[in-house]
Amino acid sequence: MPHDAMSKLVGDYYTTHFSPDPTSEGDTLILNLGPQHPSTHGVLRVVVEMDGEYIRRSEPVLGYIHRMHEKMGEVKTYLQYLPNMGRVDYLHALAWNWAYVGAVEKLMGIKVPPRAEYIRTITCELNRISSHLLWWGAYILDLGGITPIFYAFADRERIMDILQRVTGARLTYCYYRFGGVSADIDDDFIKETREFLQHFKTRLPIYHGLVTGNVILRGRCEDIGVLPVEMCRRYGATGPVLRGSGVAYDTRRFEPYSVYDQLEFDVPVGKNGDAMDRYDVRMAEMVQSVRIIEQALDALPDGPHVSPDLPDRFIPDKGEVYFAVEGARGKIGVYILSDGTAKPYRLKLRSPSFSNLHVFAELAQGTLLADAISIMGSLDLVIPEIDR
Amino acid sequence: MSMKTIGQTIKSLWSLIVGLKITTVEFCRPQITVHFPRKEVTNLGTYRGHIDLVPLANDAQTPRCIMCGYCADTCPSGCISLKFHMTGEEVNPEQRRRLLLGLDVAVPRSGGKTPPPDKIERVLDKFDLNYNYCSLCGLCVQGCPVGSLAFSRDVYLVGRARQDFEFDLLGRLKSRAGTNSGKAAA
Repeated sequence: MPHDAMSKLVGDYYTTHFSPDPTSEGDTLILNLGPQHPSTHGVLRVVVEMDGEYIRRSEPVLGYIHRMHEKMGEVKTYLQYLPNMGRVDYLHALAWNWAYVGAVEKLMGIKVPPRAEYIRTITCELNRISSHLLWWGAYILDLGGITPIFYAFADRERIMDILQRVTGARLTYCYYRFGGVSADIDDDFIKETREFLQHFKTRLPIYHGLVTGNVILRGRCEDIGVLPVEMCRRYGATGPVLRGSGVAYDTRRFEPYSVYDQLEFDVPVGKNGDAMDRYDVRMAEMVQSVRIIEQALDALPDGPHVSPDLPDRFIPDKGEVYFAVEGARGKIGVYILSDGTAKPYRLKLRSPSFSNLHVFAELAQGTLLADAISIMGSLDLVIPEIDR
Repeated sequence: MSMKTIGQTIKSLWSLIVGLKITTVEFCRPQITVHFPRKEVTNLGTYRGHIDLVPLANDAQTPRCIMCGYCADTCPSGCISLKFHMTGEEVNPEQRRRLLLGLDVAVPRSGGKTPPPDKIERVLDKFDLNYNYCSLCGLCVQGCPVGSLAFSRDVYLVGRARQDFEFDLLGRLKSRAGTNSGKAAA
């Protein structure tokens, strides 16, 4: 390396690749946001070019928590891959569980008993509430409010207690199985869930009073990071990010799987597509999840929790399959290509956070750094899901 | 200052007062956390620890295990290793090979009905668990055709080295049986 290059701090490939445009006017600064930054919630790194307090350009750098989940799928049998699904998105692990078992069931033509479908719906929606609660607490923590995360965790803890009863885990669930779920829910589970839902309904007004109506939060969210529908389409953003921009697209409604077509629920949408709309959509989604769980508990049929006529070995025929579910962050898709052996030939995971993250680079252009933090929080990113 | 600004300011201040009211009410509520060493949480009954062998109903020293090897084969992380030897009739090498390959063993969900071939009795010598790699997915417990595996309830398991998490499950079963019979005798 020449001496003059060594004398300057050149940085790694990403910073040199991102070096300021020499023709640009003014004094700009390249800044690394992450990989250890409190508001990136994990190991996301965003390289930004700052012009004073304003962001000129930004680029997310991925790969710090890449675990080769897709490659692991090729070297493990269909059954052995199940625990991986709890670790892609640890906050809404059951949705990933569902996407994978759903894909294999579709591939092998396995019928799921109705009771198992309802149990899946109940547990997945409980998990969605716990995921949104954590996002709610963490987002406001990013914006400088410390109290809400303790409120959120108190309620989230109760959901984890309920789910621990059947799944045996508190975070990285591995609960769904091909043709059903691994354990049946009992009366205690139903009683505790109903108690929690009643309790949670009294908590939501507290959340809204404490945070939603708060002038400081509204100042940090309203008209910040306005995301047009056209940009969502270009990047493939889904979930609350897309719904916040006013598109009522929900996989549970538009590609109904399981029993969602028999349950009544609304798809909340925003108007302007700013951070506040995304916030409102998630808060409203928790209410819808409560509605779904209540209906599912009322309609819970008797019967086996796992299909009684399963094959002894899970070896599908040659073929390919794609199955999508609605996760807390958007559309989760699993694509499996089978060559007729015990292991998938190729397994592709479509994670919503990956698409949602890339909106950020364009959205943050020209905003204040502090607003960029608010935008990033409002996208609800889960880094392990981005890297997979 | 216009009337609108004044109205906005009053509204903003009111939102802060609402928030303060909520935190004050919450402050007066009873504590929901527990002070750990003095008190325990109440949901430890559903905790899943590492797996353990389940003994036969009439013999606390012998596990239910039929040595089919399903758990070791299924485990996504390869945590389980077991060794056994055969007693009784002379086994020809071909039979032994078939046994080791697990071609004649009980299939999952068969309720353990398929017996080992040729009345050969298998004796479990070793059942080791490397808990370092276990992800507690429960595939072994759920898949065991004779229900010989169960989760332990050891919440407070700690270790200083990797070796502390390499368990000899057969030894654990025997020592458990020993302490139980000792208690019964006393």
